[in-house]
Formats: sequence, structure tokens, C-alpha cells
Amino acid sequence: MNVVTPPAALTPKDFTSDQEVRWCPGCGDYAILKSVRATLAELGVEPRNTVFVSGIGCAARFPYYMETYGFHTIHGRAPAIATGLKIANPELDIWVVSGDGDSLSIGGNHLLHVLRRDVDLQFLLFNNEIYGLTKGQYSPTSKRGTRSPSTPAGSIDNPVSAASFALGCGSRFVARSIDTLQKHMPTVLKRAHQHRGASFVEIFQNCIVYNDGTFNRFTERDIAADNQIDVVHGEPLIFGADRNKGLRVRPGSLALEVVTLGENGIGMDDILVHDETDRILATMLVAMDPPEFPVAIGVIYCNPAESSYIDHMRTVPAARDSSQGKGDINALLRKGHTWTVG
Amino acid sequence: MAVTAEEFAEEASRSVLESVVIRFAGDSGDGMQLTGNQFTLATALAGNDLATFPDFPAEIRAPVGTTFGVSAFQINFGAGGISTSGDTLDVLVAMNPAALKVNVADVHAGGLIIVDTGSFSQRNLDKAGYSANPLTDGSLAKYKILEVDMSRLTRESVKDLGISAKEALRCKNMWALGLIYWMYGRKRKPTVDWLTTKFRKLPTIAEANIAALNAGHAFGETAEMPAEVTAYTIPPANIAPGLYRTVTGAESIAWGLTAGAHLANLEMVFCSYPITPASSVLHNLANMKQYGVVTFQAEDEIAAACSAIGASYGGSLGVTSSSGPGVALKTEAIGLAISVELPLVVVNSQRAGPSTGLPTKTEQSDLYQAVYGRNADSPVAVLACRSPGDCFDTAIEAVRLATKYMTPVILLTDGYLANASEPWRIPDFDSYTPFPAKFREDPEGFHPYLRDPETLGRVWVKPGTPGLEHRVGGIEKSYDSGHISYDAPNHQKMTDVRAAKIAGIANDIPLQAPEQGDETGRIAVVGWGSTFGPISRAVSNLRAEGESVSHIHLRHICPFARNLGDLLKGFDMILVPEMNNGQLVTILRSEFLVPAEGLNKVTGQPFKIAEIEEAIRARLENRS
Ligand SMILES: Cc1ncc(C[n+]2csc(CCOP(=O)(O)OP(=O)(O)O)c2C)c(N)n1
Repeated sequence: MNVVTPPAALTPKDFTSDQEVRWCPGCGDYAILKSVRATLAELGVEPRNTVFVSGIGCAARFPYYMETYGFHTIHGRAPAIATGLKIANPELDIWVVSGDGDSLSIGGNHLLHVLRRDVDLQFLLFNNEIYGLTKGQYSPTSKRGTRSPSTPAGSIDNPVSAASFALGCGSRFVARSIDTLQKHMPTVLKRAHQHRGASFVEIFQNCIVYNDGTFNRFTERDIAADNQIDVVHGEPLIFGADRNKGLRVRPGSLALEVVTLGENGIGMDDILVHDETDRILATMLVAMDPPEFPVAIGVIYCNPAESSYIDHMRTVPAARDSSQGKGDINALLRKGHTWTVG
Repeated sequence: MAVTAEEFAEEASRSVLESVVIRFAGDSGDGMQLTGNQFTLATALAGNDLATFPDFPAEIRAPVGTTFGVSAFQINFGAGGISTSGDTLDVLVAMNPAALKVNVADVHAGGLIIVDTGSFSQRNLDKAGYSANPLTDGSLAKYKILEVDMSRLTRESVKDLGISAKEALRCKNMWALGLIYWMYGRKRKPTVDWLTTKFRKLPTIAEANIAALNAGHAFGETAEMPAEVTAYTIPPANIAPGLYRTVTGAESIAWGLTAGAHLANLEMVFCSYPITPASSVLHNLANMKQYGVVTFQAEDEIAAACSAIGASYGGSLGVTSSSGPGVALKTEAIGLAISVELPLVVVNSQRAGPSTGLPTKTEQSDLYQAVYGRNADSPVAVLACRSPGDCFDTAIEAVRLATKYMTPVILLTDGYLANASEPWRIPDFDSYTPFPAKFREDPEGFHPYLRDPETLGRVWVKPGTPGLEHRVGGIEKSYDSGHISYDAPNHQKMTDVRAAKIAGIANDIPLQAPEQGDETGRIAVVGWGSTFGPISRAVSNLRAEGESVSHIHLRHICPFARNLGDLLKGFDMILVPEMNNGQLVTILRSEFLVPAEGLNKVTGQPFKIAEIEEAIRARLENRS
């Protein structure tokens, strides 16, 4: 009898390896790990086909905790390793996990290239604005003036905005979430997974030991609603505890401004509607920061063109060299001028 | 093949030579490499043995007429076994004053210099830095000089074709080639065919080049040559029967890697970042998708190494290729591949250093880098190619070891081998024994660091295999479970097993035998890599004089063949010629406590036979 038992639905436990998680108690990475496991279970992906590739850093320990394939590599180079893996086997579903130091300092070059090439994978950047694993030095996303063991008088480097960088690299999918948003993050991760091409997700992650509260300006419970905006395609860009604040283009300029509904004659018609395919809007949204603006989270940019990088790479040009037997090494060696002796 | 009476008469009037060394030299825009390659092909077809040495300027397009823009192509061909591109020149073809200036010192006294007088203008003499015209000031008295206005004769030969003066002058190299073809009795047909194909879309240009070739040839036949310039014949060499072609080391490495991947039943993912002289391997492979080769031009050498490792992790054969400075960047990634025990072939086309050094010149100075150049105890296998043809088999060996032992293998070649060509007897690929890679699929008792008890190679698992989900990384892992382990005795054990795995390769490679000479004797000349040619010739010259000299040439450098120490101990003296400041020699001394001595040369030029011969002779005389 052909009774096909439907595969049992997977649970987050099915994505949990037998390795003890060893992040500091209270680290934001725990919450992200939980969200990712939940997302994969909900997506019903196959553990055998899923690979987590990471560089080095606290965040980069991630693969060890996933019951999937995993490769913990070297500092900053995970995008390059993931690219080679994807070339070798385009069927694999690859997640890259990285820190802000990992992917914007030592690995900035590789992040640039994996995004511009649009290799089909999910790139998760856990941004804690600090170097965790090496004990608290400032990172490329640290605010100017950050006091750290290597910058006792305060850092003098200007920080880079991860999401602006990703857009600048030509990324076709840029999204953001926050470690503590257990409902929000899976929605973003699912969209990232669904997107064909390199999906870049920045996750604000609290480092309780070296940079505790660095995102308080938009994550603290009492002010969060007024300092975050969760952007949703096709919906007006409104936010605030009272849902009465919105974004519009400031008349006569190419800049956004925060307006209050009902004030100065502002109505819903004045508020911008989020269009995730609008690159220019995305560029403005990722640049917003309190106190003047809320921080944008959600799917900020998604351009659904087909990614075909690996396909192109693997396609044999039809006309080229059709005279040579396919894959025949003897024919290869005999191509061109040959002569016989004896 | 029957010869016509006319051909017979012509052959009979030629004097017979055993071997000849010619160098074509001109401005980098003069097409000297093409000229040399065509002459090589014609010479190979004539049945001579040969070796070539293309020497490029470092500048892509240096100002025309300057000494740093001179490009040269040297070929040594003859009836006997030819093992090097030749020590000194019998003939120099100098297309302009700069080419003469740069190359004249390599012509032996009494050698022939053919110059294009049409290029000896005051302006060109000035650009080459000549204060007086060397053709008239007597400075070339010790040479035979054939002065020909090639520029004018070339222009005349194509004047009916209605091409521009500039296009006409571009055919000058073919005119010179025609003359040389006449001198050495070469057939023009292959070159004519090649020109026809090359300029298929520009038939007038093809015609012009062919006209110039024919005109140069006719000039040889009809012009009244100075008495000392005659036509020669070089009898065919006694070459083993078979099907032949010419190959450069870069082609042969590319094909060898591809062939190795076929024998391993793997797709190859070749990841590289351009650098001279390694780029030609990438160029050769970029067009070979139909042979199961995917090439990836990465953003830098680090990414190239990493993507190759990613590919190997995915179950393909990851290969990366560079020169010394690029391999320096790959170092950290190679360490990762050692730690996660994945196959990886790293091709190093060595060039002169340190740092940027002399990018277009050859050296063998990355041996320490290959053997020792990583953090921590991180052994890898190291192999070296000795000749353009040998690159094929050495590359296959690299793939075999990398996949069988789950390890990076560094394959050393150099700029000389990459560019030089030699006739190569094309092997029958069907005669090679396949070594198909094995992938673990059985979940029963699996952990990722399970080892083959014999090779100590770990299991290879393709992500995507159900039930074998696992994690690997650069962090130390437990010998027993593969999980992360900081346990002290475990690290000792893992370090030991990684070392033992590489050392064990010695049981899987041939015993070292001398290339020439006995297994004991007065002096062993030990070499590796592209010094094979000059060493083997120097040794055979001395052996012909009855000297007790042997030539030992290493393909496997890490690990060495297991009898190498004993073999070396059978000689009174050991001489190690190397194009570096003494690298193999210190390794041999430290491994085997033998009194090996170095013979070192780092001029960016290969050894001459005479240099090695003299060094051996000096040692033989000292002790007698
Ligand atoms: C080549 C190299 N350089 C430096 C280090 C040391 N290192 C390890 S993690 C790290 C910074 C990690 O910071 P981040 O990427 O922000 O990740 P986090 O630890 O905060 O998650 C550094 C500098 C290394 N492992 N390798």
C-alpha cells in the first residue's frame, strides 16, 4: 500500500545541535539564535541542505549551535568561502553569519563583492558596534568617541552604516531587525530567504559586556515606538506610540522629514507609502537615526530581479569549441597543432 | 618522404649543425613572441628537439624603442636532446638598436647578429642610449653582422596591397622569420596557415604578412650573403616515437589539473586573482567549462583561496593559483584548509622577489614559503614541476595527494616554466589510473574527523547528505568526536596526527632515483623545479668525460621520498643549484645532516649549463 507519511513538521529543536551555547549570559546572540531556529522550522527547510558559514567573532560561533551543516572559517572571509561553496553546489541554502568587525573591517572587501555579485545566500550581520570576542575594542560601526581598550580617549573614526554600505554595493535586498524583536525578526528572515540573490540583513545586537545599551536610543521599551519605524511595503510610513507620526518628503527638497498627523494640516495623504523597490527611498531610510528620525527596520529594499550569478558562471557557452568531445581529456590534449614522430 | 631534385640540391648545399640557439629581440610591439612561437612550431615539425625561453619586459607597453621595452624569445633546437633554452646565442635577430643593446652581450664571439638597419635612425640610437652607432664604431668587431634594411624590404614586399605604412611595418617580424626559415630550412606552410586563420577577418593583413614571410625567405635564397652567412640543416633529433605538440608550463598545469579532477571524478573550481606570471593558468582554464572546470576571478588572493576551500567543502576540487606575493595572502586560508582537512591545490608560479620584485623574471625563492610559511605546525604536501611537459603529471599528482590525504598541496612552478615551451609527447589519458574521490554517506558511527586508518585522511562529506549534518572550523576539534576541544592532550594528538598524515605520504610516492648516474659516487647534483634542464645537461656533459657525477631531481619536496637521506649519504659531495639564496640546501642539511652545498643564482635568469658545469668541475678538482 502506498501510504506516504507526510514528513513530520520540523520544530526549532530539530535545528538545535548538541553543542552547549557559550555566549555571555544576556547576549543578544541568544535571541537571534532562537529566531533563526524558529524561522527555519517555520520555513520547513531541510537541515541537510542548509549550511551556516561564519567568519570569526562571538557571532561567528553561530554554526556550532545549528543542527545543519556548518563551517566556522576565518576572520572576515566567510563571504568568499560561501561563494565557493555556492559555486560548487548551487542547490545549497547558505546563511552567512557575521559581526560588524568581521564583515566591515577585515572582511569589508568580501562583503562588497558577495553583494555586488549577488550570490544567492542570506547574509546576517550581527551589529553590536563593538568587537566582542577580542574584548571590547571599538569597531567600524562604533560611534565616534567610543572609549575602548584601544581607544581610551575615545575613537576618532567615523562609523560606517552597514545598510548604506550594502545598498552602495548594489545589494538587491536590505533589511533590518533587532535581537529582541522575536516576532519581527522571523518575518524579515523569511523574506530574506525567499529573495533570490544576496539578501543582506543587519540585526542590531546588544553586547551586554562591552557595549551594553548602545542601541538604547531606539530599543528601550518606553521610547522604542517613537524611535523605530517598521517599514512595510505598500503601507504608509507611520510610527510612534500613538501612530501619529509619519515620514514625508520635505517640500522643496530631496530629504525626509518627520511630521505629525493632524498638525499643520498634515493628513494621511501627505505621508509617504513605503515602496521597497525604490532604491532612493531605501537610501534615505537607512540613513535615519534618532533623535531627529526613527531607525528604520523591516524590509527596506527588495528588488526582485532574478539573480543568476552562479547560473552564468556554470553555463557552458553553446557554440564554443563544439568540435571537442565534451569533457574528453584526450581530445583536449590533442587540440591544435600536433605531429607524429616515428 | 620523397624529396624533389630541387629540394635535394638545396639540402645538399647546407652545412650541418648539431644545435643552434637563436634569440629574436625587438620592441614589445614588434611581435617577437609570435615570431618565436611560429619558429618553435616549424622547428618542432622539422623533428628537432627544442626548448624555449620567452623573456618579457615588465612594462606592458614601454615607450617604443627604449631598452626597457625590449621583448625577446629564445629557442635552442637541435639534433640531440635539448634540455635548456641555451647558454649563449649563436644568432641574435635585433629589430632595433635597443634590442641590440640589451641582448648583444649574450652572443658568443663569432656569433651572428642580424639587424634591421632601417631602424637604426639617430632617434632610435638616442632612445637606446647609444652615443655612437654600434654598426659603424667597431664595437661589434667580434661578431658576424648581417645588416639588412628589413623595414624597407618589408614595405616593398607589401606595397601592392594598399595597406597603410604602419600596417606594412607591422609585418617586419614575418620578414625576419622568413629569412630565418631560409637559414634553417624551415617549412613556411604551417605559418602561412596560421596567419590565414589568425587574420581570417582581415584577409589583406594575412596576405601582407604572408608576403613579408615569403620576401624574407626569398631574400635569403637570392641575395648575396656575406660568406659567413649560409643555410644550415639540423638533422632531426632522435626523439621517442609518438604524437607530439608544444606546450607551455601554464597550459600543461591547466590541463594536468583538469585531468587530475577527471581522474578524481570531481568538478574543479579554480579560483584565482590575476598576478604575473600565474595569470596564464587562469587564462588557460577560463575557457574550459565543457571539461568540468569552473573558474572564478576573485576579488583578491585571500578570497581566491577561501572560495576554493568553500568549493572543496562543497565536494568539488578547489584549486587556487598565484605567485609568491599572492600566496603570502592565502597563507591564513591554507591554515584553515589544514585544520579542517579539506583538499586544496595551491599553484605557485614563482617569480623574482621579495615583494613585487621582478614580476616577469623567474626565481625559485618561494620554497621556504611553501614548506614553512604558515603560522603554527601546519604541514602540507609540496611538489615541484621540472619542465613544461612535466607540469601535466605533477599537477595530476597534486590532485591525487590532495584528495587522497584531504590536505592542501602546494604545487611549485615558476615564471620560466609557465612561459617556456617544449615539445611534449602527448600521453594517452586512458592509460592513467583513476583515483575517484570517496564521499561519506553513511550516518552510522559518523563524526567528521573519522580517519582512514591507512592514509589518516579524514572523511569527506558533501553538505546536502542526509543524516551527516555537522560543523567544522578552524578551532581545534576532538580526535574522538570532531567537536570543539580545548583539551591539552587532544591538541597534542591532533597536531601529531596532522603531521603524521603528511609524513605518511612518503609511503605513497616513488623512491628517489637519480635521473642520471649511479646511486653512489663523488658528487650528487640535487635540484628541484625548472633547473632540471641545465643541471641535466651539465651532468651529462661531465659524465661524458667520465666524471662520477649523478643528477637527483626532486618532484616531492614535502615529504621527501623515504630513501632520499640514504641516497644522499652515498655521495662525497652534494651540490644544490637553485635560483634562490639557498633554500632546498638548508632543508636537506637540516633533514638529513648532510654536507650539501648551495650554488645560487638570483639574477632573474635561468642557470646556464656552463655555470653549473663549472661549479661541479671546481668541486671535483678541489678534492682530487
Ligand atoms: C586574522 C585575524 N585577525 C584578528 C583576529 C582576532 N579577532 C577575532 S574576532 C575579532 C573581532 C570580532 O568582532 P565582530 O566581528 O564585531 O564580532 P563579535 O565578536 O562582536 O560578534 C577579532 C579582531 C582573528 N581571529 N583573525
